[in-house]
Amino acid sequence: MQIIQPHYHAIARTAQDYEKMAMSGVVAVAEPAFWAGFDRLYPETFLDYFRQISEFEPTRAAEYGIKHYCWVAVNPKEAENPTLSHEVLKHMPEFYEKPNVLGVGEIGFHKTTKNEEEIFEAQVEQAIKYDQLILIHTPHLQDKVRGTKRTLEVLSHMNVNPERVWIDHVEEHTIREPLEAGYWVGFTLYPVTKCSPKRACDMLEMYGHERILVNSSADWGPSDPFTLQMCVMQYRARGYSVQDAIEIFHNNPARFLGQNPKFDIKPIQLETIEEEITDMV
Amino acid sequence: MQTALQVLDREYLEARCSLLELAAALDRIDRAHDHEEASGDLQDSRLDLLNQAIKILSEESHLPNRSERLLLLFSDLD
Repeated sequence: MQIIQPHYHAIARTAQDYEKMAMSGVVAVAEPAFWAGFDRLYPETFLDYFRQISEFEPTRAAEYGIKHYCWVAVNPKEAENPTLSHEVLKHMPEFYEKPNVLGVGEIGFHKTTKNEEEIFEAQVEQAIKYDQLILIHTPHLQDKVRGTKRTLEVLSHMNVNPERVWIDHVEEHTIREPLEAGYWVGFTLYPVTKCSPKRACDMLEMYGHERILVNSSADWGPSDPFTLQMCVMQYRARGYSVQDAIEIFHNNPARFLGQNPKFDIKPIQLETIEEEITDMV
Repeated sequence: MQTALQVLDREYLEARCSLLELAAALDRIDRAHDHEEASGDLQDSRLDLLNQAIKILSEESHLPNRSERLLLLFSDLD
C-alpha cells in the first residue's frame, strides 16, 4: 500500500530507514525544520541546515525512489532567542523558491512564552505574505493544552486560511478545538510520550478522517518511522478496507501538502480490473 | 540501589503511557458496546477482573506487591 510520511526528520535517520520505508510502500516524506538537540548560536547554522534539508536530503531519498519535501522555520525551542530568530527569518524567503520547500514549519509553542509568541506571529505573517503552507507544533505533555489554546487564540487574530494550516501532535484532549475551527490536525505516533497507533485509530473512529494526518515524526529521539505502518496494520485489523487506509495514510497528506503545487503526488483510488479469463488448455 | 525519586524519574512517562493505553482500551470497549444493537450492561468476567485490578492499583497500601496481587487476581485458582 502506498504511504506518505508527512512529518519525518530524515537528517537524524540513516539511509537504512529510507530503504525500509521504500520497501514498505512509502513514496514521499516531508521534513519540517527541527531542533537539533541543542540551541544553535548563529543564523548561518540555520541556513546551512535549510540547505541540507532542501538540497541534500532529496538526493539521498531519491536513491530509494522516495520523494523528499521539506519546510523551513525557526522551531519553537529556539524561538526563545528573538534576535537570532529574526535574523533567520530574513533569509527564509530565499528557500521558498526551492523546488521541494512546502511552507513554514514547524513553528508554534514549546513553553508558551512571550518570545515564542513573537516569533510564532512573525513566521505566520511571513507565511501569509509568501503564500506558504503552515505547520504548527504543539507542546509536549503537561504544556500541551495551554500551548494549543494559545496557538488557536493567536491564529484567530491573524488572516490565515485554516485549510492551509496543520496543527500537529494533537491527542484526545486537544483534537476537538482545532478540528472544529477548520484546521488540519496531525497525530504523531511516538513511543511513550505522544500518541500510539491504537489511540490514533480510536480518534479516527471518533472523528472520521477528514482533515486528519498521521505521522511518525521520527527524529534523533527514541522514535520509529514504522509506527505509521503499525497504525495502518491496526486500522486494517479493525476491519477497514485498503482504500479506507489509503484515504488516511496517502490521500490526506496528498490533499494537504498538494495545496502547494510543488507537491505533485495526487490522491489515488483502487480500481478492480475485470479481465477475461482465457482457456489455456 | 536507586532512590525513589530516581525510580520515579525513570518510570513516570512509561507509567503515564500505560495508564493512557488502559484508559483508551476501556473507552474502546465502551464505544464498541454502545454501537451494538442490544446494548445493556456488558456481562463478561474479564471486565470484572479489570475493574478489580484497577481498584487494587488505586488502593492506598503499604504492601509493595501490586503486581503479585494482580497476577493472583488473573490466576485460575479453583
